[in-house]
Amino acid sequence: MELALAPETLARWQFGITTVYHFLFVPLTISLAALVAGLETAWVRTAKQKYLKATKFWGKLFLINIAMGVVTGIVQEFQFGMNWSDYSRFVGDVFGAPLAFEALIAFFFESTFIGLWIFGWDKLPKKIHCFCMWMVSIGTILSAYFILAANSWMQHPVGYKYNAGTGRAELTDFWKVLTQDTTMVVAFHTLTAAFLTGGAFMVGIAAFHLMRKKHIKVMRTSLRLGLVTLVIAGVLTAISGDSLGKVMFRQQPMKMAAAEALWDKEEPAPFSVFAYGDVEKGHNDVAIEIPGLLSFLAHSDFSSPVPGINDVNKSEQQKFGPGDYRPNIPVAYWGFRWMIGFGMSSFAIGLAGLWLTRKKFWLSPGLRTGDEEPPRLALTKNKVLGARLSKAYWSLAFVTLGFPLIANSWGWIFTEMGRQPWVVYGVLRTSDAVSPGVSQAEVLTSMIVFTTLYAILAVVEVKLLVKYIKAGPQELSDDDLNPPTRIGGDSADADRPMAFSY
Amino acid sequence: MQLHDVWFVLIAFLWVGYFFLEGFDFGIGVLTKLLARDRRERRVLINTIGPVWDGNEVWLLSAAGGTFAAFPDWYATLFSGFYLPVLLILVCLILRGVAFEYRVKRPEERWQRNWEHTIFWTSLLPAVLWGVIFGNIVHGVKINAHKEYVGGLLDLFHPYALLGGLVTLVLFTFHGAVFASLKTVGDIRERARRTATAVGLIAAVLVTGFLGWTQADKGDGASLVVLVVAVAALVAALAATRLGREGWAFVFSGVTIVAAVAMLFLTLFPNVMPSTLNESWSLTVGNASSSPYTLKIMTWGAGFAAPLVMLYQGWTYWVFRKRIGTQHLAADAH
Repeated sequence: MELALAPETLARWQFGITTVYHFLFVPLTISLAALVAGLETAWVRTAKQKYLKATKFWGKLFLINIAMGVVTGIVQEFQFGMNWSDYSRFVGDVFGAPLAFEALIAFFFESTFIGLWIFGWDKLPKKIHCFCMWMVSIGTILSAYFILAANSWMQHPVGYKYNAGTGRAELTDFWKVLTQDTTMVVAFHTLTAAFLTGGAFMVGIAAFHLMRKKHIKVMRTSLRLGLVTLVIAGVLTAISGDSLGKVMFRQQPMKMAAAEALWDKEEPAPFSVFAYGDVEKGHNDVAIEIPGLLSFLAHSDFSSPVPGINDVNKSEQQKFGPGDYRPNIPVAYWGFRWMIGFGMSSFAIGLAGLWLTRKKFWLSPGLRTGDEEPPRLALTKNKVLGARLSKAYWSLAFVTLGFPLIANSWGWIFTEMGRQPWVVYGVLRTSDAVSPGVSQAEVLTSMIVFTTLYAILAVVEVKLLVKYIKAGPQELSDDDLNPPTRIGGDSADADRPMAFSY
Repeated sequence: MQLHDVWFVLIAFLWVGYFFLEGFDFGIGVLTKLLARDRRERRVLINTIGPVWDGNEVWLLSAAGGTFAAFPDWYATLFSGFYLPVLLILVCLILRGVAFEYRVKRPEERWQRNWEHTIFWTSLLPAVLWGVIFGNIVHGVKINAHKEYVGGLLDLFHPYALLGGLVTLVLFTFHGAVFASLKTVGDIRERARRTATAVGLIAAVLVTGFLGWTQADKGDGASLVVLVVAVAALVAALAATRLGREGWAFVFSGVTIVAAVAMLFLTLFPNVMPSTLNESWSLTVGNASSSPYTLKIMTWGAGFAAPLVMLYQGWTYWVFRKRIGTQHLAADAH
């Protein structure tokens, strides 16, 4: 009882629940903002109706999603103070600044321009309306960057010194916090993964409609955009993930050893495909491995030594005093694999789709399809997939929209739990970070309240998404096609209804 | 003036901005039950703040983030100490944001009505709770030598704080009614003015009482001047409402909020959270603030960002400057 419900345990569960939940919405918001802005730009430049229809359709899903992202983000701004007051006192001098900048610069961008975009269809000339969505997009990316700089400092604290007089970490070089390699690589990895998420979302929903031969024109365009985004983002996510791994092998060898369930130093070190072991005894009972691959992931060659969990634990004991410096190894090991597995499956499905739905390349003219018909899935120049295989592919493409969400969640669970027992690596332990004045009952209350509320809202949100996904793009009205030319709207009719109202 | 004094002013500025802007948002939420006669009128009210409420709410996040960066101990003590009221505010803000966005996404009567109830309660509760919280900050709470809040939940609900909660609720509702009369046309506009007058009179009594109490407890010459400004502005707002000068009425109801919040911060300084157990245990701008280096960086950042924010937020209000009435509601509920 005492251990299971220790304030630290409860506070960690609460942070995990609220943050993983929040991060279901974040990557979609980041990527869909940019994709919608791209589609609206295409409408502004070409005046093709399919782009406006697509803008409105994806924009609607984006809004349903960002509403949840925004409100669950509010909690994040407060819960450091609520549940982690000793953490806040210790790191506020360093950690607070990027958080404050996130609010002052990024959140204002997002929230103000999203209001203009939602209500601005009949108030703003189309170029300015489109510009608003680009500002939202910039806001989402800046927001990600600042919060990742803050998180990277927890992973690898730089640009600070410990002040014994005040008993806290104090900032000495803000620029270093913003530009250290951890920040840069993590931002790169998180943003590319966000676009992988948005690409897969678009592919999945476009596949859903194309399988039913509905809304073909808009969905063909969306499928193409989604597939290209998914594949490019997939490649970049893999590249950035590899760089991040190399940085982590250097900065947090324990996390990476745990990710591989590598107990003792090996030279060359193998990559583990499957492992089952005994954490107490510190070894694996079953291990299937690819020789040398881990050395390559860590150091770009197939022979370098990689230290194991037991080695790092010993060296940390020497450095920081007696204790157990091992994170939860099964979570780290499997979290790492779920992240890569789900992320890369999505990428593979996207790559297959890009090939199968190609327009002209290595495709006999008889198999080419026009704008008004769903693409045929062509395996080779003259051979298309049969009905059953085609259906299987479309179904697979549909379900892939959920894969990156799983990958993102496990990626964060892995990187945060892999850092334990530290909240700021090598500087502050998680057990020293909780609020001493907050009672068990209070933390338990808030955890139950947030979990219940989030569960209910999840049902509401998913049902709404399903409703609007199924409905598909709407037909355009004359007003949609004739946006105002002046700011504030140029209608002479004082009683004209708004283009959108709550 | 040292940097931590500058930051005290900036944090006060962010809270003032928040209460000025979300003050009328909360007021509109409360008025959906007080003023609107039917669903269409409720929709009109909600749409007066439709494009702007989200941007207004970011002032709160900036105030919280700014406090974290500039006064980590203030941030830590405040939010861990006032745990359950803060939790309730967060729950309200979550539901309220979703309610605005999702209410119109389904045509069913029950769906829309439920979200409308949500908007009312999630506007009313934070409006009260912020007053209670600020009443406690100014009044002082049980803080020990380690800067930890050691009081209980019920310690937060003493007469001064409760009056504070009532003041913010009524003042925000007044501010919202004035805003509604400025932003609507037709029948509802006239009724908004009448509601503003009635609520404004109650607000005048309550504000004078609360600020007078504050003055008697902690005030000095400067705070007295600001108190007079707050009360005079409230009277001017009432007079302008009577004269049908809605723009001026809004300016003055805004000045009332600015002056009232400014007075609270003025009486607080140089403390940020006074301790009622031992004066030397109080959190002050000196012992709760960040290092000068951090404050310098924050000053540059805020100096660059805040004017820009006000510029483009101001532009938003200009884009949506037209009054709206029931005839302007979009036909389709999507």
